[in-house]
Amino acid sequence: MSKLNTYEDAVAAYEPVLGLETHIELDTRTKMFCGCSTTFGGEPNTQVCPVCLALPGALPVANRAAIEATIKIGLALNCSIAEWTRFARKNYFYPDMPKNFQTTQYEEPLCEEGYVDVTVDGKPYRVEIERVHLEEDTGKTLHVGGATGRIHGATESLVDYNRAGIPLVEIVTKPVPGTGALAPEVARAYVTELRDIVRSLGVSDVRMEQGSMRCDVNLSLNKPGAEWGTRTETKNVNSLRSVERAVRHEVRRQSALLDEGIKIIQETRHFQEGTGETSPGRSKEEATDYRYFPEPDLAVMEPSREWVEELRASLPEPPRQRRERLQAEWSLADKEMQSVVNADAVELIESTIAAGAASSSAVKWWLGELSRRANEAGEELGALQITPAQVAELQGMVDDGRLNDKLARQVIDGVLVGEGSPAEVAQKRGLEVVSDTGALEAAVDEAIAANPAVADKIRGGAHAAAGVLIGAVMKATKGQADAGSVRQIILDKLAG
Amino acid sequence: MSDRIIDQTAAELSAGIREGRYTSVEVTTAFLDRIDAIDGTVKAFLHVDREGALATAAEVDADIAAGKETFALAGVPIAIKDVVVTKGMPTTAASKILEGWIPPYDATIVERIKTARMPILGKTNMDEFAMGSSTEYSAYGKTLNPWDTGRIPGGSGGGSAAAVAAKMAPLAIGTDTGGSIRQPGAVTGTFGAKPTYGSNSRYGLIAFSSSLDTPGPVARNALDAALLHEAISGHDPRDSTAIDAPVPPVVAAARAGATGDLSGVKLGVVKEFKEGSDAAEPGVIAAYEAAVEQLVKLGAEIVEVSCPSFAYALPTYYLIAPSEASSNLARYDGVRYGLRAGDDGKHSLEEVMSLTREAGFGPEVKRRIILGTYALSAGYVDAFYGKAQKVRTLIKQDFEQAFESVDAIISPTTPFVAFKFGERTGDPYQMYLADLYTIPSNLYGGPGVSVPVGLSEGMPVGLQVMGPVMGDDITYRVAAAFESTQDTLLADTAPEIEGK
Ligand SMILES: [Zn+2]
Repeated sequence: MSKLNTYEDAVAAYEPVLGLETHIELDTRTKMFCGCSTTFGGEPNTQVCPVCLALPGALPVANRAAIEATIKIGLALNCSIAEWTRFARKNYFYPDMPKNFQTTQYEEPLCEEGYVDVTVDGKPYRVEIERVHLEEDTGKTLHVGGATGRIHGATESLVDYNRAGIPLVEIVTKPVPGTGALAPEVARAYVTELRDIVRSLGVSDVRMEQGSMRCDVNLSLNKPGAEWGTRTETKNVNSLRSVERAVRHEVRRQSALLDEGIKIIQETRHFQEGTGETSPGRSKEEATDYRYFPEPDLAVMEPSREWVEELRASLPEPPRQRRERLQAEWSLADKEMQSVVNADAVELIESTIAAGAASSSAVKWWLGELSRRANEAGEELGALQITPAQVAELQGMVDDGRLNDKLARQVIDGVLVGEGSPAEVAQKRGLEVVSDTGALEAAVDEAIAANPAVADKIRGGAHAAAGVLIGAVMKATKGQADAGSVRQIILDKLAG
Repeated sequence: MSDRIIDQTAAELSAGIREGRYTSVEVTTAFLDRIDAIDGTVKAFLHVDREGALATAAEVDADIAAGKETFALAGVPIAIKDVVVTKGMPTTAASKILEGWIPPYDATIVERIKTARMPILGKTNMDEFAMGSSTEYSAYGKTLNPWDTGRIPGGSGGGSAAAVAAKMAPLAIGTDTGGSIRQPGAVTGTFGAKPTYGSNSRYGLIAFSSSLDTPGPVARNALDAALLHEAISGHDPRDSTAIDAPVPPVVAAARAGATGDLSGVKLGVVKEFKEGSDAAEPGVIAAYEAAVEQLVKLGAEIVEVSCPSFAYALPTYYLIAPSEASSNLARYDGVRYGLRAGDDGKHSLEEVMSLTREAGFGPEVKRRIILGTYALSAGYVDAFYGKAQKVRTLIKQDFEQAFESVDAIISPTTPFVAFKFGERTGDPYQMYLADLYTIPSNLYGGPGVSVPVGLSEGMPVGLQVMGPVMGDDITYRVAAAFESTQDTLLADTAPEIEGK
């Protein structure tokens, strides 16, 4: 493995310049250029036809719904929408690409010149968008028998064309300088914001783990004041956390090379989820010449201004604006709201409130206990096996006095491992607060009897001493008592 | 007029079937028997479907017997160039790389032929992937010219033209990218029409050059071609480049032309073609000029038009067409269908793709893929492909300007009569010259027809009539008017072919 600098040393000596290319699969009913279904997970090669298999003679017809979705994305990213735009062919041979060219856009993208605003550490950053264009996805190749699962050394290669031709939107940022040590966080904040924007439009499920949103991270380093360096392009960055890790790793790796006077080669690298490192792929110097030219099988598109304005008027509330509104509704400080955003918890909290919880409780659970669990498991918050409705149910049980905080945490243990809803877990594990007053009074009597000196102090007005008796009662009831109720009973019994 | 069924025009056959003078089965059988008798010599067909053709014919006969309404050409058999996909019937584009491929779907024009209930006789030979002007580049052997079996039948659609010329089919489908319908028509004494680009669907047409390819009719005269033209034309939502407009009234135009009146019609002759006429054989020029005289007698006015950019049409075509072809033919890689070479466990997937293309493509196809790949490559794309697109725009402007002052433009169809086999395969440029006069209208997108007008050295010569975009009707009218000056169709004077 190559030498790495510490991140702190790296960003002390160099300034990173970021760039992000994001691919988003649209969830249109049919593929980009044919009528085949786009449903995820079908039996291999069951969602194919002459067009998406590139049979001789077949011709593409552009999917209007996909064009509409792309325009919506462009508008939501503050882009201008082309009045005249067309598709182009990107020519290269690869077995999972049926035509051996990808129908994409080249010099005339559908949307250009937009921006996304993000806030990191209380500081605003504007990530400028160079272009948003529409293209088609490839099939998937499975190489069998090779050591690496890669094409070289494989004894058999199997191709599934179900994904071939699914509409894909590519969103390319301009280079983002000036983020300094916060480059990883800015990258993550941008991808998060982009995902939230696209999700709010309802044009894609933007699930990175399913591959419906995929990220390539470009990064270069330069000495302060010097020209921008040579960039690498890291592919396979398929979670928000990975975006951050990929940037961090490239900063450390490139800075170590530059320190030794080694030039960075412009190359494609692959992010390794396991190690958090990047490994070299194809070098751009030996890269394919894509021989782009306008796609002669498709007509030029001229989206009418009326249509564009109609779409603009139909856009939902932008996520950033929505967050500001929610922050006010939830009465959170900037910093707290930032934590909510960083934890990717806006929608989780909103859904929890919608399911009946108070906003403060919803925020408390997701940012507190559940974030801690997610960190321990190395997972995204949203990937935890607990739904907002279950969190609301849990809080309801606390509010009703059926659970205390400690018990609630034990209930979460059960829910996360799939034992059922909070009520079911509480019942199965016997985790209800002891609310039987007779049993509690008996336990209090025992505690008083066992600690006469403490009881005298309380009788004398030293109410703080009640803690000792409460502890004894809690111990006797295995924690399944409500501390507040116990305290009240003690004070009542020992009242002058 | 001969009594033989195979000597009848499609219009006559259609009327005869409808009026009960003969059945479609009799008609179809006559052409199938003709194929059996002489195609061993001519070799126009790559595949013959006797059973399928007769089944369709029997259906038509049953419908007519039952008094049902039928389409204009119902029961009239047809041959289809092997570059058009036919469901369940082998389709190879005359390439080894598609040997054995049975398409699971029909081209739109085949669907329309089936809707019209025309029995499909089979698939005709051609230059591989429609690249060539002599049919010598077929991977399945050459087709002979029925007028002189030592000569080429033109190309790429030599099979369709020879099939019609030798009366093995009354009608055929061709495709024209740079002249592949018109030039074979000219050199075999048949009628060929390249419709306006986008007026006939390309869906199911194996792509050579997407922005140029146009399917169209091959027949013995203008009226037959017009009947087929109307049967296959019209908007197709599956072809994004299709023009959504009414089909020009070509049948009515052919009938109007047959009255022999061209008064008030202005015909343009291209100054630059005339100046460059040293490329053309004197016999061809003579036959063409005699035809122009006939048109003048019918009342046409000849006007000289200047189209300075036509001088660059050939090089422009040989940049655009191969560029698109290099990309269109990338799909033939042995992964999904057709030939697969080197899949022996010793070669990688990439090597198999490469070996398949090496083994599956013939020399002219490879030449054009290399040419096109080069013209699109980084550093050259602006100078070659990009510049060619600009010249293409100038050629369009030349046409548009010319059509402000004339109704149609006329020229010889091809500079020379059918040449001998092997004469031009050694020098690609000499082969490419065959399309000198036909290529401009492909680059423009307008229609062009070739009508037989006479002989030079005993071989047929064609007159080309080019029209404005969606002005296909005027081309048919002028061609049919010329036909009205002749006592017999040139196609009827071809020497009799000896069967083997
Ligand atoms: Zn499909």
